[in-house]
Parts: sequence; C-alpha cells; structure tokens
Amino acid sequence: MSIVAFVLISILTLAGALAAATLPKLIHAALSLVVTFLGVAAFFFLLGAEFVGLVQVFVYVGAVAVLIVFTILLTRREATAADKFNWRGAVVAIAVFAGLVWAILKTTSLSIAAPQIPALTVKRIGEVLMTDFVWPLQCVGLLLTAALIGALILVMEEKRQ
Amino acid sequence: MSNSLDQIFISAKQWLLSFLAGAPDPIIQIASSLLNIAAVLGVFLTLFALISVLERKILGRMQNRYGPNRVGPFGLFQPVADGIKMLIKEDIVPKRADKIVHFIAPIMIAATAILALGVIPYGRNMTPFAIDGGILFFFAVGSTTELAVFMAGWGSNNKFSMLGAMRAIAQMISYELPLIIVTLPVVMVVGSLSPDAIVAAQSKFWFVLTPWGAAAFILFFVSGLVESNRTPFDVPEGESEIVAGHMTEYSGFKYATFFMAEYFGMFAISGLGVTLFLGGWQAPFAWLQFIPSYVWFFVKLSILLFVYIWVRGTLPRTRIDQIMGFAWKFMLPMAFTCVVAAAVWHYEGRGLAGWLWSLAVIAIVYVGLSRLLDTGKRFAPRTYRFAE
Repeated sequence: MSIVAFVLISILTLAGALAAATLPKLIHAALSLVVTFLGVAAFFFLLGAEFVGLVQVFVYVGAVAVLIVFTILLTRREATAADKFNWRGAVVAIAVFAGLVWAILKTTSLSIAAPQIPALTVKRIGEVLMTDFVWPLQCVGLLLTAALIGALILVMEEKRQ
Repeated sequence: MSNSLDQIFISAKQWLLSFLAGAPDPIIQIASSLLNIAAVLGVFLTLFALISVLERKILGRMQNRYGPNRVGPFGLFQPVADGIKMLIKEDIVPKRADKIVHFIAPIMIAATAILALGVIPYGRNMTPFAIDGGILFFFAVGSTTELAVFMAGWGSNNKFSMLGAMRAIAQMISYELPLIIVTLPVVMVVGSLSPDAIVAAQSKFWFVLTPWGAAAFILFFVSGLVESNRTPFDVPEGESEIVAGHMTEYSGFKYATFFMAEYFGMFAISGLGVTLFLGGWQAPFAWLQFIPSYVWFFVKLSILLFVYIWVRGTLPRTRIDQIMGFAWKFMLPMAFTCVVAAAVWHYEGRGLAGWLWSLAVIAIVYVGLSRLLDTGKRFAPRTYRFAE
C-alpha cells in the first residue's frame, strides 16, 4: 500500500516540478510548483511526520506560493516569449543533483534500520523546542524579527521635508 | 437509553461496516473514510440549503419584507428551485480567460472548505478524521483558500475579478494572523492541538467563561467574519463597486460552487469556534447531558450562524483601509494579549485570582490600545449645506 502511495506521490511531485520548470506562462509555473509542495507534504505524511507535513502545507502553500504569485503579478505584465534552452542551467542542476546523490549514498545511517521512535506528538516537539533547541529557536526568532523590521523600513513612506 | 441515542450514528456506521467483515484491512479503512465523507457532505449540504433559505427569511424579516415564500410551505423548497436553476444555466467561460485555471479555481475552493470540516468533533466519538494536529490541519487547509481565490481572480482575466481577488487575499492574509494567534491560548492551556482533546478539556467549564477566552472568542468571531468574506467585511465581493469580485466571470454551477464554498467556510470556522471556546459538543450543565452531544454541537453552531446573519442584516460594509488598519493595529496586539492573559491565568492557579488577574491584563491593554489609537475625531450628525 505504502509503495503504491509512494510511486503515485512521486509521479505527482515530479510532474509538478517538471511543469514548473517548463511551462511558458509564469503563473502556470508557480501554480504547478504548488502541486510539488503538496507532494512533498504528502511524503511527510507517508513517513508519519504529520506535524512537518502540515507545516509544509501551511508555510509553502499558504505563504510562499502566495508570495511567489504576488511577485509575479506585481512585476510582469505579460508573459515573455519562452527563452531558448539554457545549457548552463542544466549543467549546474545536474551537478547539484549528482552532489546530493553522492552525499546521500555516502551517508552511513541509511544502511542502519530505523530505531523504534516513540510517537512524535506536538507536545513533545514543544518540550524539545523549549529545552534542547532553545538557542536555535531564539536565533530563528531574532532573524525573523530583523527581517520583519527590514521589510517595514523598506516600505515605509519617507516623510517629505 | 440516552447513551445509545448519543452513539446512534457510530452504531449505524459499525453496522454498515459489519457487512464488510472479513475483507482486507485497507478496504475497511477506505470504506470507513468514505462513510465519514458521505456523512459530512450530506449533513452540510442539507444545512447549506436550509441556511440559505433561512438567511433570506431572517434578512427579509429584519428589513421589513417577506423574503422567499412562493416555493413550497413557507418557501422552504426555495433552495431546490435555486439548485435546479443553477444546474441548467449556461456555463459561460470568457474567451480570453485562462481556461484551466478558471476551471480549477471553484473545485479547489470547495475542496478546501470541505476538508476543513473534516477535523471538527461533531459529537462524542464523532470526529470524521481525528488527527493529532487537527487545529493545524484546519489552518493549513484554510490557508490554501487564498490561492484558490487568486486563481479565480487571475483566471477570469477581468479587472473586477483581479481587484476582488487582491482585496480578498489582502484581508484574508491579514486576519489569518489574529485568527491563528487567538487559538494559541486554548492550545497552550489544553496542551494539545487535537480538537478532541480541546473539547474534552472543557467538560467542567467552557473557555469562553474565562476573561482570555471571552476576548479570544470575540477576536476569533471577527476574524471568522473576515475569513468567510461576510458583511461587514465583504469588500472582495462588493457588488456595488466591483460587481462580484473574483466571482464576476463565473456562471451557473461554478458560481453555485463558490457560493457553497463560502457557506461551508462559514460552517467550518463557526464549528471551530464552537470547538475551541464554546465547549464543542459538551452540554452546558451536567443534568442536561441526556440530550445527545451532536444536538448540542449543532445548537451552538446554529446560534453562531444566526449571529452571522444578524450581523449581515445590521452592519454596513467597511472600507478596505479600515479593515486592514483594524487588523494590524487592534486585532493583532489584542490577540497577543490573550496569549499573555491565558499564561497569567494558568500561573495564578486557574482559580478566582487567575480569573481576576487575566481580566486586569486584558482591560489594561484594551484601554491603553484604545487611547493610543484614538484619532481624536468626534462623530456628530452630518450637516448638509445644500441638500436639506
């Protein structure tokens, strides 16, 4: 059952990603990217990581996709003609993919069977965030606050003298 | 007796599933899910038909006119007539529209609204899909509505549609923040993101009876009004300004789908409000527990829905800049105050002292905030120079 689900989700995710890379209209590409995001979320669900999957939908579909769509809308009026195929991009993409594959294959933990993990509840995540990972959490909070203030300053109207 | 009445739908489902006894596990799982889906769709489509006619009757009553009364007794078959009319109407797609996006938008908007209904506990053991992060699921699904609205507006290739979609997205994103933050105190106090646990935690008292709960409930209700694009926050549709916003280019059954999704969204957000603050399916007093739990849930839901209709019949439409200013300057700080007040309530021992302290926190911030936001404008009857 999970193998079938895996194959189906993989096809959907890859098709979305491929469409996002090749569709001539930018809005269509952005919307197919949403399909990819949903596919990744479905993978998390399949792995039993409910919380991460939900946050994936929440952040990527709810916020990042809307952001992308808005930027496209506010910057480009008309869809430009399709550029001709860019070989340099393909080379870089293949290099990155090869690097990732190499790194994953080198990882030793893949060959070890997963230990029995207790069911990961939201409560447990909260506890861990507040004890073991409190400093990373604070750093992320600081970073986000800085970004927020920066965004506010960027759009603030300058007072005319 | 009362217990079997309470669990009558669960027993019915078990009875239906017993026909499949001996079938492999996945098939039973799928059948069980399909039964849940059928139940949710059946109940809420009926409620949608009922509420659409009731809304028009109540609005008519408030505006001193009859409302629908031609079809069937008291006009009760009006939704059937409407449905048939919508079904046989011509489906018009603009020539310059983006056909695929235009087609997918209503499907997506309806799908998200229905998905959100799936995690709400409608009664004892009556959550269609009980998942651990139910509240998070609700908001994750709800946040994809914005994308569907955008698709509708952009796919129509119409300035009115695009304007409506932009307004809708702007206000939905702004109010999503207070909406999510006011659920935080409940999640903090209960210590769980599961709607069932939240309802179970309210068996002694409802959260709306604490100061932070009451404040959070009001904020939640206002945000819910905005999220479901209802008057006084219906600027995305604004029929007197931009025709019907993102629904301008839709006709026939696609328009009906949008209409349905809007009502489903309203049911979902009211259902979540009932779950979070009004005790879900719990009876208000122990001696009233002989009435089945789902009856309590739907009674509370109908009261909230009546208030929605009441507000629609009473208040005029607000301006978009007023809506946005209200969200960022008032709702958001008050939502954070609710979180702090809930923490104070918890650390003061959840008793009378905590009750008073959290009330004090909310009152101080409320008064301070109103002083800060006071523009000094005093409102007086308008004087007309030439129009008398």
